[in-house]
Amino acid sequence: MSAETLYGLCAAALVGLGLFGSIVDPQPLRKILAFNLLGGGVFLLFGVIARRGAAAGMAADPVPQAMVITGIVVAFSATALAVTLLLRLFETTGQATLRTGAPARPDPDSDRAGS
Amino acid sequence: MSTGFALDAGLVLDAGLAALVLAVAVGAIVAGTAFAAVVGFVTYGLLLALVWVRLAAVDVALTEAAIGSGVTGAVLIAAAARLRPAEARSAAERPGVPLRLAAAVLSALVAAGLAMLVLLPSAPAPSLGPAAAVHLPELAIGNPVTAVLLAYRAIDTLLEKIVLLLALLGVWSLAPDRFWGGAPGQPHAAQQDGALALLARLLPPVGIVVGVYILWVGAVAPGGAFQGGAILAAMWILVMIAGLRDAPATGGRRVRLLLVVGPAVFLAVGLAGFVVADGFLAYPASYAKPLIIAIEVVLTLSIAVILGLLASGPPGRERQR
Repeated sequence: MSAETLYGLCAAALVGLGLFGSIVDPQPLRKILAFNLLGGGVFLLFGVIARRGAAAGMAADPVPQAMVITGIVVAFSATALAVTLLLRLFETTGQATLRTGAPARPDPDSDRAGS
Repeated sequence: MSTGFALDAGLVLDAGLAALVLAVAVGAIVAGTAFAAVVGFVTYGLLLALVWVRLAAVDVALTEAAIGSGVTGAVLIAAAARLRPAEARSAAERPGVPLRLAAAVLSALVAAGLAMLVLLPSAPAPSLGPAAAVHLPELAIGNPVTAVLLAYRAIDTLLEKIVLLLALLGVWSLAPDRFWGGAPGQPHAAQQDGALALLARLLPPVGIVVGVYILWVGAVAPGGAFQGGAILAAMWILVMIAGLRDAPATGGRRVRLLLVVGPAVFLAVGLAGFVVADGFLAYPASYAKPLIIAIEVVLTLSIAVILGLLASGPPGRERQR
């Protein structure tokens, strides 16, 4: 078995693992984390495809590599936004849950509460 | 004989690394506390960076280590610490066995499908390598990944900078109105001694040199604006966490200027392409390299400031006037 195949199988397992974690774990932060883990697996699949596409004296196809670099940066922006939303939810309700109908407590920070 | 042995040793290393990545990933998913999970995730990111080196993608390895593991890890660790009071209650909402089982079957199916794709590759393997190599001499850029990012697919890179700015606007918008334009969060207590303070004093001079080097060398070797910018941002975040310097007010004119200068110069060069070259984001042949380097320098500045502010969170203090 070649190294690319090995890492390809590893990437497939990572995607499955991340998907499982993001569905099953009830904590939103752990869901975000699992989703990033899933993303790492998808990026790794790109890496395997890039390595297999080695040509023209390059060790790997540069196009999938560039897409992954862009992907990592976009994934970070989305993660930072999601985490901030979650922290705001926690500040507002005192809880970090995605359960619908969770009781909210009045928000001392919000401008609406003051008026 | 010796070559065969070296090949085998490489494959053993790859197998060990893949097993380690999987083990750490399982650990991050099943960890008892969110904090342990985040520590697992950061380790996972660093191991993935090693895998990228093994796949001959050093540019991606640098980005994964700096952004995917480093800055993302900093954001997640801070959030795990803040959310600790809510953790026990939220963890108790674990779904029942049938749903967990269904999720496990679904995930296994997706993983098996992807594994099939890996095991049954198309031959010959598709590659845009030859197409990317054709214009490299004209661009005078030795690193094909940099050429893809800033020449062939420059529009992706430009749009990604806009995504970064939009994400930062989104984060800022989550602050109450009265804090708009203020500094992010609460100031970190200044650490006078201890490992963090020592690190925050010793590391930045070295880190800044490394960051600038990575930016500069990106034209001919692995490196570039993202990787350099992420390292500069990491140094800045370290100084802020140690409380040596406070985060700047998000409404400050200098901060706002640094945020937009990279994308703005990129866009201006892109528009100039209509007049002096073949169209949007096309470079005139003889000026391609200096233009790309100029764009990368300002992009690095903007990326460093954007990443640092994204990691600092929404404004949490009223603006001092």
